[in-house]
Amino acid sequence: MSWLDRLRGQPSPRETAKQRLQVILVHDRSDLSPGLLEVIKDEIIAVLSRHVPIIAEEVRVTVTQDARECRLVADIPLGNRHSRS
Amino acid sequence: MGAQVITVTSGKGGVGKTTVTANVGMALAMAGKKVVCIDADIGLRNLDVVLGLENRIVYDIVHVVEGRCRTRQALIRDKRVPDLYLMPAAQSRDKSAVKPEDMVRICEELRPEFDYILIDSAAGIEEGFRTALAPADLILLVTNPEVAAVRDADRVVGLVEAMGKPTPKLIVNRLKPDMVRRGDMLDTSDVLEILAIELLGVIPEDEQVIVATNRGTPVVLEERSPAGQAFRAIARRLMGETVPLFLSEDGQGVLGWLRRLVRSGGGR
Repeated sequence: MSWLDRLRGQPSPRETAKQRLQVILVHDRSDLSPGLLEVIKDEIIAVLSRHVPIIAEEVRVTVTQDARECRLVADIPLGNRHSRS
Repeated sequence: MGAQVITVTSGKGGVGKTTVTANVGMALAMAGKKVVCIDADIGLRNLDVVLGLENRIVYDIVHVVEGRCRTRQALIRDKRVPDLYLMPAAQSRDKSAVKPEDMVRICEELRPEFDYILIDSAAGIEEGFRTALAPADLILLVTNPEVAAVRDADRVVGLVEAMGKPTPKLIVNRLKPDMVRRGDMLDTSDVLEILAIELLGVIPEDEQVIVATNRGTPVVLEERSPAGQAFRAIARRLMGETVPLFLSEDGQGVLGWLRRLVRSGGGR
């Protein structure tokens, strides 16, 4: 990596490799592709919307990991029944 | 009781499984242990070449499995060290010629006579991989500090766990400290953080390995080679000694840098 890249604040190839690996392995380990996560998210929104108001555009479904343990995390902000239409 | 069976595997090909098997096997034999190296890469044998024993093959592992020779007849004795033997793979057959239960049976037969049985696995995660793993008491997972090799290594960790085998121990091969320092290569600490398994050793990139392979004299026989020193350290750890990671005798060059890294509290 050249000093010019470093000056520009570019991530080093080492950092890039590490970040890419972390993303690749989350999907490899959980057998969940980014596309499948989108499908799951849409279905969660559809089911929950029938029972409770939610802010659909802010729903996040991600896979996190700690050491070798994977976890599917859904972050679903609830809409306010009175202030939102 | 008897020998410990150690299978060397990687997932991805070309990361140095055979080099690790040959050198760790020879280092253990140099330390006075009775060692047999089994080449489980049926159809693509190479351990014989790396050890420089290719001209002495008469019988191979498939002959043993098919009962065409006794197990002992397929063992080639290395004359450079006191007690190192090779059981070569067959070159003209495929992976289906040796089943997991065959490998278990061969190892059971050899266990009483040896201290260590090292099995050089085939690349990939198919039949040959499962055969090589079947008798393993300990699994050494070889990887290089690069994205594809680490990804495949992670697959192997998952598969080994699914097979109910002990979690592999990691060997990072072909590390280039200069590239790590420039931010151009993954460091051992990065690989460890990602794979989250125990580290057994780090082998620096060393041109002597290619020279050694060309000659058929494993690099561990070269007193001053950095890779050779790293292989001897791995062998000592396998024998239960506590050998600091990255320690070098001369303190200069590649290993000297690694030592400075340890002193500064780096690594993890």
